[in-house]
Amino acid sequence: MAKVTLTVNGRTVSGDCEDRTLLVHFIREKLGLTGTHVGCDTNQCGACVVHMDGKSVKSCSILAVQASGSSITTIEGLAQNGEMHPVQAAFKDNHGLQCGFCTPGMVMTAVDLINRHGNSLTEETVRAGLEGNICRCTGYHNIVKAVLSAAAEMGTARQAAE
Amino acid sequence: MYATNYHRASSVEEAVKLATDNGDAKFVSGGQTLIATMKQRLASPSDLIDLRHVAALKGIAVNGRSVRIGAAVTHAEVAASAELRAVCPALANLAGGIGDPHVRHLGTIGGSIANNDPAADYPSAMLALDATIVTDRREIAASDFFQGLFTTALEEGEMITAIRFEAPEKAGYAKFPNPASRYAMTGVFVARRGGAVRVAVTGAGADGVFRHEGLELALSGNWAPDAVGGVSIDPTNLMSDLHASSEYRANLVKVMAKRAVASTL
Ligand SMILES: Cc1cc2nc3c(=O)[nH]c(=O)nc-3n(C[C@H](O)[C@H](O)[C@H](O)COP(=O)(O)OP(=O)(O)OC[C@H]3O[C@@H](n4cnc5c(N)ncnc54)[C@H](O)[C@@H]3O)c2cc1C
Repeated sequence: MAKVTLTVNGRTVSGDCEDRTLLVHFIREKLGLTGTHVGCDTNQCGACVVHMDGKSVKSCSILAVQASGSSITTIEGLAQNGEMHPVQAAFKDNHGLQCGFCTPGMVMTAVDLINRHGNSLTEETVRAGLEGNICRCTGYHNIVKAVLSAAAEMGTARQAAE
Repeated sequence: MYATNYHRASSVEEAVKLATDNGDAKFVSGGQTLIATMKQRLASPSDLIDLRHVAALKGIAVNGRSVRIGAAVTHAEVAASAELRAVCPALANLAGGIGDPHVRHLGTIGGSIANNDPAADYPSAMLALDATIVTDRREIAASDFFQGLFTTALEEGEMITAIRFEAPEKAGYAKFPNPASRYAMTGVFVARRGGAVRVAVTGAGADGVFRHEGLELALSGNWAPDAVGGVSIDPTNLMSDLHASSEYRANLVKVMAKRAVASTL
């Protein structure tokens, strides 16, 4: 058994689990944060993407003990004071989801992409950046639109704040 | 996944000792290959020695044209290194084309080289750049290191600590990614120093990464995409699977070699 301590969405949490427990299972089953999804068993679909120390990772590709000591943000950590994060709002406004299963991973990936590229994001960069996230409903088109619109919105908000 | 025991190493010595003391131990670096393999129960190490917290395995150092990349440097860090890009943009671009952003945030150069997947990108770069693989106990030339499918010169418990190479005047990489996995269905890395050209092919060889003499000869006479046209690529020792026949891969070797050279002009 391992003792795992993480900062999840700003709160310090710890719990015991087997050494072989995947981070995604720790998040879902120990912490009850079921917004992070398991969509495949092969580290390919991206439904489980969370941020670890500010970087997007597939939480099914790392053990909870490997992640111990790090800071994790899940989809539940994005909204502030009951207000959707701009990326969440953009997915809603642009109809960037249908069944919604891949959406948490898509949104976490989009936030990471925008953090790294700011509003210099192009459609090509967005499409390449979504390489590790599979959606079987939308055909990606509206997801790409949502990411670009959120990037523009967040860029404008950043400029206004400066 | 079968049960395993996790250890977090803080130095190279500690990690090697942990690996030696625990019979069926394996190092885990980015885990992007090993954890996936364990999930499928295709690997079942008794112990996992985590290298992500070993400071000596981190960092990219560029000194003139000498490059040293720590084994635990991630693909994303290699892709983002301005210092590396200034002397060898081909390697930074190669790293930026591995898998997807999430894989690049965790996966490391040491893990990729140790694994020696026949469709991995880095082995071709190491071979074409005439890199040296530095381990906890010795230095191994890339040409001695890669020894066939998933096989390397590493001994039990031996750890890669870094890779080193001299940046060539020109280097380029082009791959035809498998549309599902992004691994190379064929990738070609070309490097030129003066008149000496090295061309390494990944994703295509039935025995893993290899150098192609015909392409090297043609390109040392004329460093141009057109020079590749007359070279014949023998499909005999190339892979054939559901993704592509060996004849198709033979053609891809040519096309990727052309693109790799074109990217340097
Ligand atoms: C969806 C997906 C797509 C991918 N696409 C590509 C691609 O396009 N191209 C590509 O090249 N790769 C691809 N990969 C593989 C990826 O690059 C892996 O990160 C890499 O192959 C292994 O590196 P790692 O650090 O994750 O190693 P790990 O998984 O931690 O380890 C792999 C093996 O190397 C050993 N090892 C690790 N570090 C050391 C060390 N320092 N010394 C000795 N042995 C060590 C381990 O014991 C293990 O046997 C992909 C992976 C996934 C999941």
